Amino acid sequence: MARNYFTPPVLSLRFIPVWRRNYLVWKKLAIPAILGNLADPMLYMLGLGYGLGSLMPSVAGVPYITFLAAGTVCYSTMNSATFEVLYSGFSRMHVQKTWEAILNTPLTLDDVVLGELIWAATKSLLSGIAILVIIWALQLQASFWLSLWIIPVVVLIGFCFSGMGLVMNAVSPSYDFFLYYFTLVITPMVLLCGVFFPVSQMHPVLQNIAQFLPLTHAINLVRPLMLGNIPTQVWLHVLVLVAYGAVGFYLALGLTRKRLLS
Amino acid sequence: MSVLSAQNLRKSYGTQTVVDGVTLSIEKGQCFGLLGPNGAGKTTTLRLLLGLIAPDSGQIQMFGQAIPQQSRAARQRVGVVPQLDNLDPDFSVLENFMVYGRYFGLSAADITARVPALLDFAGLANRADAKIQDLSGGMKRRLTFARALVNDPDLIFLDEPTTGLDPQARHLMWQGLRRLLNQGKTIILTTHFMEEAERLCDRLVILDHGRLIAEGAPRELIAQHIEPCVTELYGDDIAHWRDNFAAQLCARHENVGETLFCYSRDGAALMQNLHTQTHLRYLHRPASLEDVFLKLTGRELRD
Repeated sequence: MARNYFTPPVLSLRFIPVWRRNYLVWKKLAIPAILGNLADPMLYMLGLGYGLGSLMPSVAGVPYITFLAAGTVCYSTMNSATFEVLYSGFSRMHVQKTWEAILNTPLTLDDVVLGELIWAATKSLLSGIAILVIIWALQLQASFWLSLWIIPVVVLIGFCFSGMGLVMNAVSPSYDFFLYYFTLVITPMVLLCGVFFPVSQMHPVLQNIAQFLPLTHAINLVRPLMLGNIPTQVWLHVLVLVAYGAVGFYLALGLTRKRLLS
Repeated sequence: MSVLSAQNLRKSYGTQTVVDGVTLSIEKGQCFGLLGPNGAGKTTTLRLLLGLIAPDSGQIQMFGQAIPQQSRAARQRVGVVPQLDNLDPDFSVLENFMVYGRYFGLSAADITARVPALLDFAGLANRADAKIQDLSGGMKRRLTFARALVNDPDLIFLDEPTTGLDPQARHLMWQGLRRLLNQGKTIILTTHFMEEAERLCDRLVILDHGRLIAEGAPRELIAQHIEPCVTELYGDDIAHWRDNFAAQLCARHENVGETLFCYSRDGAALMQNLHTQTHLRYLHRPASLEDVFLKLTGRELRD
């Protein structure tokens, strides 16, 4: 009798102790962790934005650093969520057997995976906000009040890429496997979705492909907010991000149940 | 009253049947042993009983709750000591208790109140703030054991609790187990050490190829399957001795490598004979659970 591992998630507030566990570990190394997470995207943003930007007249009608700032928020949030569920999540699931310890308590795997999802989204929110603070300090945003709307979008981006990354975590035999995800999914997405240059610069076929990728929709929300405009087709973009995250979470949960509970 | 019972459990992976019709019942206050060679289905049985995996068929009841359907409620009263320590390496001893207690929904105050007794149980009374990586292997094992008691469980699962421990640590572990039994806790234990099972278990089952092949109290099983006395003979001349005396002096005998095992009712005649055979080395001892185990599961290696 084959059990169906892909039944709907059973969600409960029992995920909170899992979230708190990860938060407590993070808190011990919070300052170096924030600086470490921030340094890389910030250097790219400032280096390329001012360095490369000085060679360009303007991109999409604004200075390159301003254009790049919105991309960096999305890119940094995506990376933070992805790294957390892939490398840290895999440590907890496979290497340290933290999940196994938790499953011997009244918590279920559904609680654990939900806790990981929400934790990774939380951590990526911190990364997104850290970049935003730099952006505010440099006054790169057109309107401070409008740019505050970027914060809920960052939550959505974190949710989306945590859900997607958890699928990789569920099927990975080792850390090395994650390299495929980065080279085949994350890096192409960064290049195709308008982080560094407008999607409109690409061949129409690539532009069409980009419309199906979640990072494009993240940037379509964040960039107008950075440039002082209200985004168009807000619900479409929100829906795509939610759908990628939710489908990812559902698949990840089913695959993880199959991996650990069979 | 039965704390945990299972009827006719079956679990297969592909064409391989790992648990094949296991029925058992564990009474309150008992120490119940689950023995078997590697690959016999012990770990899968434990996972089924805990409700971590669903059986292909059969029923499980823990504290009157159906497993795995109501395993969340049942596990509230259960503590588990896993085979391999899975303490949180990023946390101190104290933090390990706090974090683990929260998984049971306990408040910080409840956990804090239990911590001194848990530290004492683990023999780590002044190490509350120690980091996990600074603890020795034995300390980690004791801490894992104490952590499983954070919710004051009524039923404790221990999966090979003393594997890799030195004799001192093992005796300490046994004392801890007896203390829990004296408090009326129920224990279910897997082990490869027959001496451990013989000392601790009120009842035990031997599992092989997914089936129960023996069940009872250790003394009963020994009496049922093995003659009371076992004499092990070693040396070059055992073949000669065997051909001349074994049939006459032993109820049963078997050759295992360089050793001849002789099983007898009282062994007096055998001992008298051996006193005259100065060239033979031998060990005369009462029959043990290990003899039963090897008789029932065979001597060939299992991997």
